[in-house]
Parts: sequence; structure tokens; C-alpha cells
Amino acid sequence: MSTTIAQNRSFGAALWDYLTTVDHKKIGILYLVSGGFFFLLGGLEAMAIRIQLIKPANDFVSAGFYNQILTMHGTTMIFLAAMPLIFALMNAVVPLQIGARDVAFPFLNALGFWLFLAGGLILNASWFLGGAPDAGWTAYAPLSTTSPGHGVDFYVLGLQISGAGTLIAGINFLVTIVNMRAPGMTYMRMPLFTWTTFVVSALILFAFPALTVGLFLLMFDRLFGSGFFDASMGGNSVIWEHLFWIFGHPEVYILILPAFGVFSEILPVFSKKRLFGYTAMVFATVLIGFLGFMVWAHHMFTVGLGPAANSIFAVATMAIAVPTGIKIFNWLFTLWGGNITINTAMLYSLSFIPTFTIGGMTGVMLAAAAADYQFHDTYFVVAHFHYVIVGGVVFGIFAGLHYWWPRMFGKILDEKLGKLTFWTFFIGFHLTFFIQHFLGLMGMPRRYWTFLPDQGLDTGNLISTIGAFLMAFGTIVFVINVIVTSVKGEKVGGDPWDGRTLEWAIANPTPHYNFKQTPLVRGLDAFWIEKMDGRKEMTPAEPVDDIHMPNSSILPFIMALGLFIAGFGFIYQVDNSAWLAAVFIGMGILLGCMFIRSVKDDHGYHIHKEDLDKGAGL
Amino acid sequence: MSNDTLNPKVMPEEPEKATLEGKNKFLGFWFFLGGETVLFASLFGTFLALRNSTNGGPSSQELFGLDLVFIMTMLLLTSSLTSVVAIYQMKKNNFAKMQAWLAITVILGFGFLSLEIYEFYEYITLEDFTFRSSAFGSAFYTLVGFHGGHVLFGLLWILTLMIRNAKRGLNLYNAPKFYVASLYWHFIDVVWVFIFTVVYLMGVI
Repeated sequence: MSTTIAQNRSFGAALWDYLTTVDHKKIGILYLVSGGFFFLLGGLEAMAIRIQLIKPANDFVSAGFYNQILTMHGTTMIFLAAMPLIFALMNAVVPLQIGARDVAFPFLNALGFWLFLAGGLILNASWFLGGAPDAGWTAYAPLSTTSPGHGVDFYVLGLQISGAGTLIAGINFLVTIVNMRAPGMTYMRMPLFTWTTFVVSALILFAFPALTVGLFLLMFDRLFGSGFFDASMGGNSVIWEHLFWIFGHPEVYILILPAFGVFSEILPVFSKKRLFGYTAMVFATVLIGFLGFMVWAHHMFTVGLGPAANSIFAVATMAIAVPTGIKIFNWLFTLWGGNITINTAMLYSLSFIPTFTIGGMTGVMLAAAAADYQFHDTYFVVAHFHYVIVGGVVFGIFAGLHYWWPRMFGKILDEKLGKLTFWTFFIGFHLTFFIQHFLGLMGMPRRYWTFLPDQGLDTGNLISTIGAFLMAFGTIVFVINVIVTSVKGEKVGGDPWDGRTLEWAIANPTPHYNFKQTPLVRGLDAFWIEKMDGRKEMTPAEPVDDIHMPNSSILPFIMALGLFIAGFGFIYQVDNSAWLAAVFIGMGILLGCMFIRSVKDDHGYHIHKEDLDKGAGL
Repeated sequence: MSNDTLNPKVMPEEPEKATLEGKNKFLGFWFFLGGETVLFASLFGTFLALRNSTNGGPSSQELFGLDLVFIMTMLLLTSSLTSVVAIYQMKKNNFAKMQAWLAITVILGFGFLSLEIYEFYEYITLEDFTFRSSAFGSAFYTLVGFHGGHVLFGLLWILTLMIRNAKRGLNLYNAPKFYVASLYWHFIDVVWVFIFTVVYLMGVI
């Protein structure tokens, strides 16, 4: 029950604080740091890919190594960079936006983070242990079941463990948003970012178990001799494709919906208008989430499921363009007639709209099953999904970081460096990927490690690589920006943007308990309503009282460590059964921690109201 | 949280949902079961796709007999009923009776699990039907084995709760724990009803 503020904490104390924290704000920072690290790693892999393809018949990397960096680029960017960075924003913002003091399950929140990190480290340990996975991020069987070495085993165990963490995080946010909203915060008064978090958490809940099962089956086939995907034992490799995409398609909406939420927060604030068509935006979000489960087979048009199945999935896929179009128009109408401020966060938001629209249009083209036979497995597909994932998700993350940085760290990121990052990243992005549409239409297949000269592909690939270098430059400038801002940046007040939602109603820095008194929410854009009534703070919904807080715990870290050890045991027990010891030790640590968690009472503690004025919990 | 709020003089009607922590556990666990439903649905889908892929090995018609499975089903269904009675006693704040009914639940559960292990043992030793003999074998042991693993976990969980709280009785801190454990137990039971139908009944036809 620490109520004193240590001025000069030792490094060890700070480390211990972060290892044991259950505070959503600190967990958000942990997600940001590790997600950012994996983003740089995935970017490095992307640069290796683009350098290899800078000229025909290049041999910068070997064909086998190219397969590894290609697989790891996709896997890292989706599972270890984009999702954790989105979780960073969710953890930092959602409890504040709904007026809560913490999430519903602080302990599980920490566990989810540590499991993600353990999985990510297992996956990347493969680089040093005989080679990374090389079967593509989709790991189609039987390529993945027959891939030699342990690479794909690292993929299976790494994703299984980090996937468990993601599932936990999803359940946590669902319950937080249902149960922890402040008085007056009805569903239709929730900010859009909270709404998208809510829908995305539901998608995680219902999509990830399919991946869990797929990975189990793949693990059993590779490590324990089962025959799910082995035709010689009567198995069927198409089962993997179904399970993977039943997870995989909702996954892309898991990535993009929070980005939609970010833009729906930023555009109203910097247009000085409320979000146009709030109700329609909520409806469209829910509809996209729902339809996201109905379209997985559009990744499998060329498998041969038959014209009936292909037609149904084609039409369902095209239907998603409708709610997405609603959103695009609502963002445009939010800007219409607004008093617009252009800053870095806004630049990302404005450029997102046309960029994402291009990605959406190629999406509808790909949804035409007959035409997809031509597009399938070409660079046209690569261009399409980078337009939606980079042009949507990564722009959204950058925008969100610029927008919420003062909330997370108390300082505004440097605008000059921010704009430099934006322009180089934006131009580099279009240079890299726009040309790939045409490379694909000319027949350049994706995932190949090289191409022959004089087939009309040389110039396009050169341009694409130049663009990639611009993106890398922009990313490096962003890292410099973060460092410069933390060293030189000046502290700002709690509400630097003249914000509309609850997270801006808190002083800077955010106290440990978030809200001294739970706020009373009187409508959409709760803080803006108070400002319009001439108040500077939220109307409290309760008198000042003792504040109940959860205890820190090292158990989540140890549980993840247990699974980390067990993961290596599972991978290596096929070579030497002595490694089964690692399985038993690791699982023993996990189950032991669960047992301790069950039998040891954890009631949390109170910050007493008398201590609040003395600065307790700041 | 102070002792008085967790040990009120008069227990509320629904002690599992009387605190915010309890409400969160209750809802969170329902969501978790939603995820588990998808997990088992994926396993069922895989099994249905592979149930005739016997690879020259024994088929379901040759393997399955309904006598043993019928006894197992009765044991598990009854255990689900006894766990309902236990929760009924919890809501009446009758801790001793709740523990007794939970004990019966656990005994029935272990009976089920023993029979399942016996069944697997017979298949492997007498029929030479293993996890590695065919895609059907892999799918069968994975689906039924995942369920068996859930049963084992549920039994250990309920036992832990019973022993941990044996001396101090019911309060608003542990009531949600008992409640979600019983939810888990019902879920396992529902999954078994589908296994009984899809694996065994459809398997002998």
C-alpha cells in the first residue's frame, strides 16, 4: 500500500514496478514499447525483402532465407506489431473514456501482455536456433507440416501462447466496457474508439479459438504424429485453410476497426464539430464486425469450393463495402464546414481517407470470384492488403499515438519531426505499393524470392524499393521524435487539444486511480457538454471517498515464463525426450501459479480519501 | 474491501453477483464460454470432416459400443444436476450442503473420467486404434480428449475451491468462484451431449 511518492526511484524499483504492474496505463506503455520493438523488427525484414527485389535475379539473400524473412515479416507485423500497438492505445484510453478507475480484470490484463511477449520472443528465438518459420504467415498445410527443421514449430508455439494472451485481453475489454462505465455513460454515449474496441473484443473472442484449434492440429501433426492434414493418413489439408481464415478474416477487422475508432476521435476534435452520423457509425461498426465472420472463404476462391460457395462468399464480401462506405462519407461530412486544424494526427487522418478508399476498391475487385482467379497470389493482392493495413491500421496507430501521446506521457510529440515522418512515410508508402498493383496485373507472383530481367517488372520493383527506403526513413525520424520529445518536450496541461471525451477531463499526469470522483456523463462528448455549460471539470457522480485499487502481482510474469519454458520443451521433445522435462517444469509453473492465484485471497487495497489531497496515487 | 462488506449478516439472494468483482467474473466467464464454444465447434467441424477417413484402420462402426458411453453419459448428466443442487444450496446460504453436493459432483466426474480412460485404453491395446493410426483416430482422440482434459481441469478446480474454503464458509468473495466453476461444469456437460450425439450415436449408424 504505497502512498508515498518516491522522487528518485532506482532502476531496479522501476523494473519491478513494471514487471508486477496491473495498472492499465502502464500495461499500455508495455504494449507500446514491445509492439514498437517488433514493428522495427518487422520493418527490417521488409527492407530485406525490398532490397532483394530491387533488381532482377538479385542474390542479396538466399531463396531459403527469403522464405524466412517473408514469413516472419507477415507474422511479426500482424501478431506482434499491429495488434499490440492497438492494445497499447486501448489500454491507455478506453478505461479513461468510459470514466473507469481500472479495467475489469487488472490481473488478467497483465497476464495477457506477458503471454503476448512470451509468444513473440519464442517466435523470434527461431532466428538463432536453426532458422525461422518459412511457410508463409498463413502456414498452409502440407507445406507447413512438411517444412524441415523447427522453424514452423516456433510459429505454432509462439502464436499459440501470444494468441492466448490476445483472447484474455479481448474478454477483459468486453467486461470492462459492459460493467465499468461511469453513471450516465449509456451505450449510445460511448466514444467511437470505445465502441470499436468493444466490437473488436467480441471479434477476438469468437475468432481466436479457431486459430487455437488450427495451431493445435498443426502442432499435433508436426510434433506428435497425428494425420489431420496428411493425405496419406486420410487427412485433409483444406481443413487448415478453413480454420485459419475463419480466424484470419475477422483478424483483419480486428486490426482495422480500432483504427476507424481513432480517426473517429481525431476528426471531430480538430474540426471542432461533433462526429457526423454517430448512430450510423456505431451501426456500421457492428455490421462490419458481424459480416467479418461471413466472408472467410474469399481467401479460398481458387481452392475449388465450387461456384455456389464462391458466389455466396463473393456477394457477402462486396456487402461489407456498404457499411465501410457509410463510414467514409460520415468522416467527410464531419470535416464539412468544420473549423479545421491541420497537425500531424490530422494529416494521418486526412490521408487515410483516400488511401483506405483505394484499398477498399481493390478489395471489391478481389471479391469478384471470377476475376480473383487472375489476381490470386500476385502482387495485386500484396498491394491491396498493404493499402488497408498500412494505409488504414498503421496510419491509425501513428495518428492515435500523436493524438494520445500527451495523455500517455504528458508531452506533445514534436510537430516538425512528426510532419517530416508523415510526408516521407506517406509518399514512400504510395511509391512502394501503388506500383505493385500493376506489377501484379502484369503477372508478378507474390512470395517469390526473385524475378527474371526484361519482363517489364524491373522499373516497377526499383520504384517500389525506393519507396520502402522513404518509409524506413520516416519511421526512424519517428523514433528520434520520441526520444527528442521525452528529453526536451515540455509538459502540457490535461487537455491540450480542447478535447471532447472523458480522457481529456483528467489532470496531467493521470493519477494512478484515474478519477478522484467518478464523473457523471450527461451525453455524447461528455467533457464538451460540460465545457459548453461553462464548467472546466466534469460533474462528479459521487462524493470524495476511499478509492479501491487492485494489488500488483508478479504471478502474470511467472505464468508467461512457465509457458515460455514449456514452449521450448514441446518443440525439442521430438529430438530428445529429455526435453519433456521442460514441458513438465513449464506447465508445472503455470498450473502452480494458477493454484496460488485461486487459493490466495486478493482483495486489493484502498487509497483513503484523507490521503488523496496529499497526492497519494499520483 | 473490508470484511463486513464481504461477510454481510444477511446474504443477498444472488451472492455471486452482489459485488462488482462478482459481476465481472460472472460476465467474463460467460464470454469465456462463448470462446470455448467456438473452440469445440472447430474441433467438431474437423471431426465431421475426418470421421470416415479411417485409412484402412478400424471404423467407428467397428469400435464404438453404446453401453459404456451410455453409463458415462448418465454419470456426467447426473453430476451436472448435482452441481445445480449445490448452487441452489449456495443461494440458500447453506454451505455444508453445498459442499456435500459438490463432493457428489466430483465423485461422479471422476467416475466419468475413469471410464473414459478405460475406453481409450481398450481402443489402444485391443483394437490397435491410436492417435496416429488414421486421420479419424487423430480427430477422435483430439475432440474427446480435449473434453476429457476439460473434465479433469474442472474436477481439480472444484476440489481446490472446496478444500480452500472448507473452514471459512461462504462469503461474497468466494461465492462467484463457486458459481463460475459450476458454470464451467455445465458447459462441459453440454459439450458431452454433442459428443455423445455426433461422435458415438452418428458413429454406430
